[in-house]
Amino acid sequence: MATYKFRTPISEADVRKLKVSDVLYVSGTIVTARDQAHRRALQFFREGKPMPVNLEGLAVFHCGPVVSKDGDKWTAVAAGPTTSTRMDLFEDEFIKNFKVRVVIGKGGMGKRTTDAMAKYGAVFGAFTGGAAILAARAIKSVKSVEWLDLGMPEAMWIFEVEEFGPLAVAIDSHGSNIFMDVAKNVEANKQKINQKLGISP
Amino acid sequence: METAKVVESVGFNILKQAVIYLPDDVKAALKKAYAEETSEMGKTQLKAILDNIELAEKYKAPVCQDTGTIIFYIKAGAKAKDLDKVEGALINAVKRATKEVPLRPNAVNPFDQKNSGDNTGRYIPHLNWEIIPGDEIEITVMTKGGGSENVCIGGMIVPGEGIKGLKKFVVDAVVRAGSQPCPPNILGIAVGGGADISMKLAKKALLRPLNEPNPDPELAKLENEVFEAVNMTGIGPMGLGGKTTILGVKIDFAYRHPASFPVAVAFNCWAARRSTARISADGSTEYLTHKLNW
Repeated sequence: MATYKFRTPISEADVRKLKVSDVLYVSGTIVTARDQAHRRALQFFREGKPMPVNLEGLAVFHCGPVVSKDGDKWTAVAAGPTTSTRMDLFEDEFIKNFKVRVVIGKGGMGKRTTDAMAKYGAVFGAFTGGAAILAARAIKSVKSVEWLDLGMPEAMWIFEVEEFGPLAVAIDSHGSNIFMDVAKNVEANKQKINQKLGISP
Repeated sequence: METAKVVESVGFNILKQAVIYLPDDVKAALKKAYAEETSEMGKTQLKAILDNIELAEKYKAPVCQDTGTIIFYIKAGAKAKDLDKVEGALINAVKRATKEVPLRPNAVNPFDQKNSGDNTGRYIPHLNWEIIPGDEIEITVMTKGGGSENVCIGGMIVPGEGIKGLKKFVVDAVVRAGSQPCPPNILGIAVGGGADISMKLAKKALLRPLNEPNPDPELAKLENEVFEAVNMTGIGPMGLGGKTTILGVKIDFAYRHPASFPVAVAFNCWAARRSTARISADGSTEYLTHKLNW
């Protein structure tokens, strides 16, 4: 369990140093994207339209923040992760096309994403679900917002962060996935529980 | 009193309290879980949760960015005046809280995907009414996170399977939910009534404080049994492994049709937000779950 502190843009070589159970802090630029922003980003790529930001080496954050606006200035008030499982639909293409190095979220991701992370060099950093103020404190400024027509939660927020974390490396770029390991363990435990409760499977 | 004005102000206050300050019983359960968790990963997650709760209180900001779908439970005294003004007043309270707390706008039209921007829309906020004797109005708000809502499940088991079937249904639901609903969770479980009734009761059961066991000793025993069983899954805090998968189990029931055995499991995330206030006929208000703190 080593601790790493990376600044964006993060190189593929650096990200490949990370192993599951390591702890990571990210400084620099992170960009939020949930279901709708993923969908639109992939559509932009297919149509050859330029993205509002170059995502190479950055971290994508599955988050729909609460933000407040004072004059022209946005502030992130609360910004914990949303359930990443929903983004499994898009994330392999997203990693491949935009070369993001860190995916920040909660709740884990599946085999398709794990394979893409191994192939293209990226990790999943689990941030504690609901720990919205812990996250917001690490966000030093809101650089900009794109696609606000998608609504506050689904828009693409570009945050400048300092030591954003702790992120538990839960999927690394070597094919390991803690969530899949825990799920296997849980299946085994289920047999014991059923026995205890007198349930036939 | 001017019911609309008072209800709007009380509605705003309980919403603000609910999203910033977790109830004491939830905080106590999380602290206990942190002390007892043996998995290193799990402990790290619980530590972040406890730190975050403190920061939310310090900065008076919502404890989670998902400030939820807003649901009110209203016990209306039959003799209370202007009950027809309550819904409009609570809608105004929600709009104001969305701007001023602020809350995340979480009300989206399912057909055109447009976000209303103020947490209101058809049937939202959702109001559950109960008529009670007297002239007081008691209002509880629950702000229900989406991650834990996505794994709520209702179903029908074969009556012959009985309580064993119920236990299996619950364990399967928790295993299927896995890391998605921000564990440690609280489970509301209800059986009987019908498909809609069981789910409504399951969700309402989440309002019962964690330190209040079921008044029915047999159901209290069942709550305990399910609690221990589910915590053997090893899902752990945030699904990263550990022995804290849930903080509590709350069971309710309705009588069932002889042919049917409806069951429902409502998940709440650790950010189990609720707040209650009681308004007297003269407009004076007692805050029952929180002390006003701003």
